[in-house]
This record gives sequence, C-alpha cells and structure tokens, in this order.
Amino acid sequence: MSKTENNSNKKPISRRDFLTLVWKGLGVIALIEVVVIIGSYFFSNKKKEKNNSVRLFEAGTVNDFKNNTVSAFMGGHFYLVRLQDGGFMALSIRCTHLGCSISWEDAKNQFICPCHSSAFDIAGEVLNPPATKPLNYYPVLIEKGIVKVDISNLKDRNSVRKEQLIYA
Amino acid sequence: MLSFLLHFHPKKINPAALKFTRTFGLGGMAVLLFVLEALTGILLRFYYIPTTFEAYQSIVNLNSQVLFGQFIRNIHYWGSILLILTTFLHFLRVFFTSAYRDARAFNWIIGLLMLVTVFMFNFSGYLLPWDQLAYWAVTVVTNILLYIPWVGESFYELIIGGKELNSNTLHTFFAFHTALLPFVLLLLLFYHIWKVRKAGGIILEEQNQKSEKVDVMPHLVHKEGIVALVIVALLFVLALIFDAPLLEKANPTGSINPVKAPWYFAGLQELLLHFDPIFAAILIPMGILLFLVWIPYFNYDKEPTGKWFLSEKGKNTTLQTAIFSFILTILGILLSPGFVRFEKLLPGFPGYLSNGLIPITIMVGLVWLFFKYRLHSSKLLKEEKIQAIFVFILVAFVILTLTGIFFRGKNMELMMPWNI
Repeated sequence: MSKTENNSNKKPISRRDFLTLVWKGLGVIALIEVVVIIGSYFFSNKKKEKNNSVRLFEAGTVNDFKNNTVSAFMGGHFYLVRLQDGGFMALSIRCTHLGCSISWEDAKNQFICPCHSSAFDIAGEVLNPPATKPLNYYPVLIEKGIVKVDISNLKDRNSVRKEQLIYA
Repeated sequence: MLSFLLHFHPKKINPAALKFTRTFGLGGMAVLLFVLEALTGILLRFYYIPTTFEAYQSIVNLNSQVLFGQFIRNIHYWGSILLILTTFLHFLRVFFTSAYRDARAFNWIIGLLMLVTVFMFNFSGYLLPWDQLAYWAVTVVTNILLYIPWVGESFYELIIGGKELNSNTLHTFFAFHTALLPFVLLLLLFYHIWKVRKAGGIILEEQNQKSEKVDVMPHLVHKEGIVALVIVALLFVLALIFDAPLLEKANPTGSINPVKAPWYFAGLQELLLHFDPIFAAILIPMGILLFLVWIPYFNYDKEPTGKWFLSEKGKNTTLQTAIFSFILTILGILLSPGFVRFEKLLPGFPGYLSNGLIPITIMVGLVWLFFKYRLHSSKLLKEEKIQAIFVFILVAFVILTLTGIFFRGKNMELMMPWNI
C-alpha cells in the first residue's frame, strides 16, 4: 500500500504507520516460520516410522492348532485363534476400550480385559461393554502349512466378518 | 532477601488479607511445593536414565544404592500429590470467594491453564519409572485420545510415537516433564502473581476494603514462613513413612489387575465405566472445561462481594446442591452398569445413545427438576445459579474420583476399601 494507490482514503498512510505495518507483517511471517519449523521437527520422525517393512511372525504349522482353540503369542502381541470351522485369526492382545492387555479365560470361553471387564468371544466380538469395537487383528498367511502372522500391520474393524478368517 | 520478596508482595497490605481463613495460604503453598518439586526433580535427574532399558533399573538403584535416594524420590512423589491438592483447593477458594471477575477474569484463565499444566506435569512424571503401574496407567489414559473423532488417532500416535507405549513415548514424556513444562509453568506463575498484584491483591469483603494498611514485613512474611515450615515438615513426615510405589518393570503383554489411571484421573476413568466413551471421555470433560473457562464472562447481576459462597442464600443453595449431587452420583454409580443396563434395555440402539445420550438426558432432567423446584432457580441471582452448577459438578467429580481410588478392586468391581 503506497501513497499513490490510496486515492479513496482520506488519510494517506504515513511513513511511520507503513513501517509499523511492515514490521508487523514480518513478525507474522517469522511466527509462521517458527511454527512450520517446530511442526516439521516433530512430525518428520513420524513419517520415517511409516515405511517400515513387513515383519512376519511364524506361529507354527497348521496342524499344531486344533479347532476351537486359542494360543497366546506374547512375543508377537497376539492370540492366534482357530475357530470351530478351522479358520485362523490373529487377534491383538490390546482391548479396544483403553488398550489394556486381555487374557483368555478357558473356563468362560472369553477374552477378559482386567481394566474395565470388557469381554470378547473367541473371534474377538464384544460380549460385554464398555468396549464397543471387536478386537483388532493382524493378517494371517499360510504358506506350505506354516502359519505366519504379519505383526507390522495391525488392522481395526467395526464388525467380525467371515473374510477376516484365513483357511488352510 | 527482603527486597527480593517484595517483588512478589506490596510493601503494605490490608490486615484483612492476613487472616489465614481468607485464602488458607493455598496459592503460596502451591508455589513452595513447585519449588520443592523443582529442587528434588533436579536431584533425581542425576540418577534417572530416560530409556526403556534402563529407566526402571535406575529407579531401583536410586532406591537401594543411593544414600537418601528413596527419601528424595518420596519427597518428589508426595510433593506432587500435595501440589495437585493445593492447586485444586486454591482453585476452589478463588471460585467460592468469587475472585474470578473483572480485573481477575483473565487471571482465572491463566490459573486454569496452570491447573492443567500441573496435571500434565504429574501425568508425564507418572510414566518415568517405567514400571507396571506407570505403563498401564498411562496406557489407559492415552487410549482415551483414540475416542476423539477424526483426529484422535493421529493425535494419539503423535504423543505416543507409535501404536503403543515405547521408547519414543518415554523420551517425549521425559522432555515434557523436565524441560518444557517447568518452563511453561514458571512463565505462567510469574504472570499469575503479577496479575494478582495488578488486581490490587487478593479479594476482600467490602467492609474490609478501607482499613489501614500494615507492613508486609513482618506481618505477612512471618506468617508465610510458618506455613512454609509446616508444609515442609508434613512433606518430610509423609516421605519418611510412606515410600513412593514401584512395581515390577513394565511388561507390555501383561496388564496388572486392576489397571487404574493416576488418582487425579480416577474420576474420569470411573465415568468411563458408566457412559459411552464419546460422552465420558470427550463431551463431558470438554463441556466442563468450557464451562470453567466461561465462568468469568457471564453477565452477573451484582458486583462481587468477596464473601464466601456469595451470600447466606448462596451458602444454603451450595449445601443443598452438594447433598443432591452426592446422592445422585452415588445412586448412579450403584445402579449403572450393575443393575440398570441401558445397552441391554435398548439393544437396538448404538452405544452413544443407549449408554450416552439417554442416561445423560435422564440425569440432566433430574438436575433441572431439582434446580427449578427445590432451589427455585428463578429467584436466584445469576452468580448463585452458576455456583450451584459448579457445586453439582464438583461434588459429582469428587465422589467419582474417590470411588475410583478407594472403591474399585479386581476387574474394577465395586468393593469396600479394606477388601481390595
């Protein structure tokens, strides 16, 4: 905004006001720079983590797991379940309510969370709130009779569906 | 020394401000505790190692190998608890003497920020020992973030630095606890005290405002000294008798039972047992926070009197509301989800209705009936209404917190404290 452009304005902007305005503008730009630098400083690390490679966890051979059983793999943070019909699913040990680690109770045939007593059935479906979503799961691959779990790829879901199961 | 102290105090002061029961010295206590936390915190940093491999062992070493190590840690632990308590009580004192209006309005906001900072301070410190208690308490609290619509997950992963607590989390929390938050709180503290002086000191009742002033030294400074000695003595006694807790090293695959949030978040966790998370974790806390921020900016009917609870009528409504809130909250805790299970009564409804909007509407309806027909809210001044709402929330929050701390045992089931 220079003097000549300000025809409509009765008071042309004074040199002092103009310089003040420039200083304010520079201040805003400096502030934006600081925010961008600090922001990218914090976020850059996050991006790096995203492109990590697939990590496969070998759980055992297909025949190691009987139908309707749950096997704990605490090293991989999952329970490998084999349902009545022989389908495999690798359930995350984390409760979907607040992230506590669930445990399988054989007597009740349920996963129970110690934090708020949410309960899940063998396929991870909610039986008892406060949890509202079924247990998260990891993709299962079966190669040459070996059951492998992709523990780098945690998936969440809103319902338990047939296509989440893997068959030998 | 004296001239330094006089940067915080005026040279002369109204004698009514000296009366202990005017403020209970709570703000000053909080400052003292903050200083003690800073000093013990610096000492602890010489032994603490902020990595997931070594953090736990460094605390074990501190407790067992370092002369006075356990004692210093205990002071830091108990100091943090007292700091939260005094800050919170200070907040209540300011509210109930209506010291949040006009010249003090913005300082109320600063005070709220400081209260939040104190909570963040304590929470970031909670994780540092990297034991089972720390790991799972921080897990459940940070998982609450996941319920924030749209941005929850990325916000969570930014803070945690991954999908679950890991070395990034520990390091972030350490940086917050020992670098960022001390800096922020110190800045806020100086500003807060400066604003108190700008407002003409603490709020006084009208009839006392014109009395002849007395010297701060010795009248106020000596009293402060006595209170400080009592606080330090209390802290040392607590630190000598009760050790700060330390469980086994954090084990990400084995939750302890029960997992409790840090005690000051126990009320929030208790709320989560009763309502759908979108209400319990997001809408209710956000609503309360918004209400608190708004408090100085309502159009009030009268000038602030500086009286405790505003007036005789204010005292009366406060007491009645407290009793009502007490009964309603306890009934709510006992009935849900043990007996009344909205999600089972209304099986077709989504959780945010059956366990959220519907029970909350019933609660709000009951509160409204109480306000209208028991308190006759139409005859109350605006400040008295606001005070009644505040008291209702406060009592409910305190009851929920106490329930979470003392009456929840294995599997978070309700039980008597001596059975836990």
